[in-house]
Amino acid sequence: MQDFSIITNWIHNLLASFMPGWLTVTVECLLVGVGLLLVYSVLALFYILYERKLCAWFQCRLGPNRVGPWGLLQSVADMFKILIKELIELKHVDRFLFALAPYLVIIASMLAFSVMPWGRGLQVVDFNIGIFFLLAVSSIGVLGILLAGWSSNNKFTLIGAMRSGAQMVSYELSIGLSVLTMVCLAGTMSVEGIVMAQYDGWFIFKGHIPAIIAFVIYMIAGTAETNRGPFDLPEAESELTAGYHTEYSGIHFGFFYLAEYLNLFIVSGVAALLFFGGWMPLHVPGWEGFNEVMDYIPGLVWFILKAFTLSAIIIWFKWTFPRLRIDQLLSLEWKYLLPINLVNLVLMVAIIVLGWHF
Amino acid sequence: MANIKEKIAQLFPQATIEGTEEQPLVSIADAQWRSLAKTLRDDADLQYDYLVTIVGMDWTDSLGCIYYLMSSKHNTMLGVKVATTDRQKPMLHSVADIWAVGCLYEREVYDFYGIIFIGNPDMRRLFLNIDWVGYPLRKDYDENPELNPVSIENERQSDTTDTYVEDDKGNVVKREVNVFEPGDFVVNIGPQHPATHGVLRFRTAVDGEEIKKIDVYMGYIHRGVEKLCENLTYPQTLHFMDRLDYFSAHNYHHALCRVIEKAAGIQISRRAEVIRVMMDELSRIASHCLFIGTYCMDLGATTMLFYTLRVREQILDIMEKTCGARMTFNYDCIGGVMQDLAPDFQADVKALIAVLPKNIKEYNKVFTGNVIAKNRMEGVGVLSREDAISYAVTGPSGRASGWACDMRKLRPYSIYSELDFNEVVATEGDSMARFKVRIAEMEESAKILEQLVDNIPDGEYCVKVPKVLKLPAGRWFEVTEGCRGAFGVYIESDGSTKPYRLKLATPCLPLAGVVDHITRGSKIADLITIGGSLDYIVPDMDR
Amino acid sequence: MEVTTKSMPYEAFKDNEYIEGLVKELQDGGVNVVVGTFDKLINWGRSNSIWPLTFATSCCGIEFVSLGAARFDMARFGWEVARASPRQADFMMVAGTIVNRMVPVFRRLYDQLAEPKYVIACGSCAISGGPFRKSYHVAKGIEGIVPVDVFVPGCPPRPEAMIYGIMQLSRKIKVERFFGGVNRKQKREDFLNSHPVEDK
Repeated sequence: MQDFSIITNWIHNLLASFMPGWLTVTVECLLVGVGLLLVYSVLALFYILYERKLCAWFQCRLGPNRVGPWGLLQSVADMFKILIKELIELKHVDRFLFALAPYLVIIASMLAFSVMPWGRGLQVVDFNIGIFFLLAVSSIGVLGILLAGWSSNNKFTLIGAMRSGAQMVSYELSIGLSVLTMVCLAGTMSVEGIVMAQYDGWFIFKGHIPAIIAFVIYMIAGTAETNRGPFDLPEAESELTAGYHTEYSGIHFGFFYLAEYLNLFIVSGVAALLFFGGWMPLHVPGWEGFNEVMDYIPGLVWFILKAFTLSAIIIWFKWTFPRLRIDQLLSLEWKYLLPINLVNLVLMVAIIVLGWHF
Repeated sequence: MANIKEKIAQLFPQATIEGTEEQPLVSIADAQWRSLAKTLRDDADLQYDYLVTIVGMDWTDSLGCIYYLMSSKHNTMLGVKVATTDRQKPMLHSVADIWAVGCLYEREVYDFYGIIFIGNPDMRRLFLNIDWVGYPLRKDYDENPELNPVSIENERQSDTTDTYVEDDKGNVVKREVNVFEPGDFVVNIGPQHPATHGVLRFRTAVDGEEIKKIDVYMGYIHRGVEKLCENLTYPQTLHFMDRLDYFSAHNYHHALCRVIEKAAGIQISRRAEVIRVMMDELSRIASHCLFIGTYCMDLGATTMLFYTLRVREQILDIMEKTCGARMTFNYDCIGGVMQDLAPDFQADVKALIAVLPKNIKEYNKVFTGNVIAKNRMEGVGVLSREDAISYAVTGPSGRASGWACDMRKLRPYSIYSELDFNEVVATEGDSMARFKVRIAEMEESAKILEQLVDNIPDGEYCVKVPKVLKLPAGRWFEVTEGCRGAFGVYIESDGSTKPYRLKLATPCLPLAGVVDHITRGSKIADLITIGGSLDYIVPDMDR
Repeated sequence: MEVTTKSMPYEAFKDNEYIEGLVKELQDGGVNVVVGTFDKLINWGRSNSIWPLTFATSCCGIEFVSLGAARFDMARFGWEVARASPRQADFMMVAGTIVNRMVPVFRRLYDQLAEPKYVIACGSCAISGGPFRKSYHVAKGIEGIVPVDVFVPGCPPRPEAMIYGIMQLSRKIKVERFFGGVNRKQKREDFLNSHPVEDK
């Protein structure tokens, strides 16, 4: 397994050799920030194109193929346009909150980015409560959506925001509980720790039945958390025109648009971390040669491939299923997912205590 | 039949009865109209429970209405003529409480002719703005554009509606009624909204997500086709039929041609009949295909649209080869059809029949069996059989409520009586039933095509008709089956080359009228489901 | 300067004189190198990303749906991101008849679009009133209501014609100037000033 901490340590030592300590930290923070922003925007642009291509494929179409080679620059052109599109000033809105909302949404997803396990040692911070931090910051996003809906002074956005509030608060529970189930198995909340615990096999294999149940629930709740079909009620296009961001134009809308795709990446990234070992290559206990070969593929590639595959599943959901109604959505969570999840947690604990996991 | 005439004459000796045996026309004074209407609906021998349309008329010396009624039990048809000579403030009695759809039809007549209906709970203009000057379908209407300029100023609208009631002394008093209760949270859905299928507008009073009341606004695509037709010769009126319900273009053409041919006494060749029926059924399949697609898209399953459009494109190809257009075909003409069939028409139709079952199977697999789709559609927007008849909800939507209202079976026209096909009727009356009926109807249409594709007789495709076509003086009313329900055409001729009055009783207007009734108490998302499952076409209701 | 879109040769367009006139206007008085490069970049982005507003009143709207479907697939050009909210759309395909009652709504939708905004009058009804021109309740073309960039004739126009129309729009966007008001802005402002909507 390649260890990126060698490179990061080298950079740290290089900087520390001619700088005072506080300056080193500042420069490193800047570097990390710029790097994060770059990765963030490139990933978002890629994801937009990825979804459009995948959706075209499901629908027997070609999808974007004219701008740049194979249409690769399509989303770049879109971003250029969105950047310089007019920001409409509205009367009768709460200006401060109206302007704040998109930033809240994007900051929430950016903060969540900082604990993503890109590879060994390739992580911004490694808290001992990393996964807890991730849950905490990703729920700031709902605040942004509520603010957007409320401050726009529009009935459609208000309904969209209320739906979104009810939906995200409910599904946060399921996400939290299924994460908790896996944390039980890992025995740690540190992201690095969770990955290392999967050295001898991913949790989806190690935790067998309860892990698979937790995975299914996580994928459902994660889709709901990102407001994607079939749970895209807050922005249900055929019901509420564009839901909570109806009144946003230009780059403010762009932020919502980007955050939606980035949240998709984060949700699938966390799923990859909890169930498929994050950047950990596929290891089968006893097959030393096989494990050796797998280790040659860098962790970064493993992680991104896993995340993309899981995203493809979520995109597949969206383009296949019709949308739920708000009462069905809530009863799915409170009547089915939550009790199953609680039972599953108990089951997992029992399995760990009895040592029935692999 | 004769006993109906006798019976009415016996009960209402003042009424005069004329017209043919199968379509008698009763003329009655306004004072007795309401009691006649009640008798017509409630008497066991008559049971005229379906109000097909109200034709507003301006006979220059008098204004009036012709009510066309049908009995869902006895399958008989009857016209009732009521008139008033007062042109300044014409008033008739309302039948909105007898036939629920009457409310909407009377508003339409009020909008076009200014006839006030006493007792109608909602006497607002239906299509035109509240400050529109004049009544456009009156013969003395002033068309000066300065009176009603095209204005970009916001539309005036009122939160109250007028209703005219008779007090104890028999005087008519005007009352103002609030449309919504004070304090209602009213959301404006439309006219520019992705789910209204065009420019329809719902003012929706909601309580949280629950709908309390819907006020439907139409007229955002009212193009005045009926008035335009009065200034055109009969062959010229035909092309408007393409642009009403643009999915039933062939069916509507067929309907109007049929009435004109009947009035002029033209007998068309069998080849033309077969071609017309085949085109009708092809359009029905294409129309239902698009319905499935857009309906699924409304529910959030966008991908289905692309699968259904695949079949639709195939049908459009067939039509394009013969008619030369993708949407506005203008194919049926008086005396037959415009051109002969394209050489590979039969092969193309056979190819379509071959792929259709596979596609329908795929639609069912992807969508109908889906648990989310089931939850969204089953038990949503239930319309009972009685309400369906009272609201005049015909076509697949009416048949989903258990009302066998297929005009191809009830009043067989063209060659439909010789064909073997089933009328699809479901009993649930919910959105799921409306969806399934349409899927089953596609299969029935394919069955009709199968019977005809190898049996297209030789002969001329268009018989000779006089260059200048004049209809004898008289009136004709025929109902045919469009893709969305019963389409009635009324022509009154004064013996010239142009119709004196051409009324198009389209199926989509009652569909919009029933939305308020079946959405009450359901969620906003259900409004989309119900609206989608009714499958109305806005230019068809606005005309 | 040959203004064209990818996979369509310059000679295949019918009205190159018009575009050449626009190019001449654009280059009058010279262009600053830095500003010119910026303009090129911005115009590349704008012309390749034109998102339609989901707006249709009648028959032409159905052909617009066909345009999105697999056979014609407007997604190839990146036009498939149809936005239901006018704030986020770039152009309006006026597909269908605009009647008197719709005019204020239509104008408001146009005003709600965020800059830069474009209008395509699609079909004979939007261009002149079409077969309904003599009616008492139909606006005789939308030219008097909003400034129109491209006209697509037909009743309804075939999807191919619509693709051609949007390509023409894309070409027009390519010869604009972001800094300064050449080619479009000035004319549009004149139009809007002469057709004001009263603020209530």
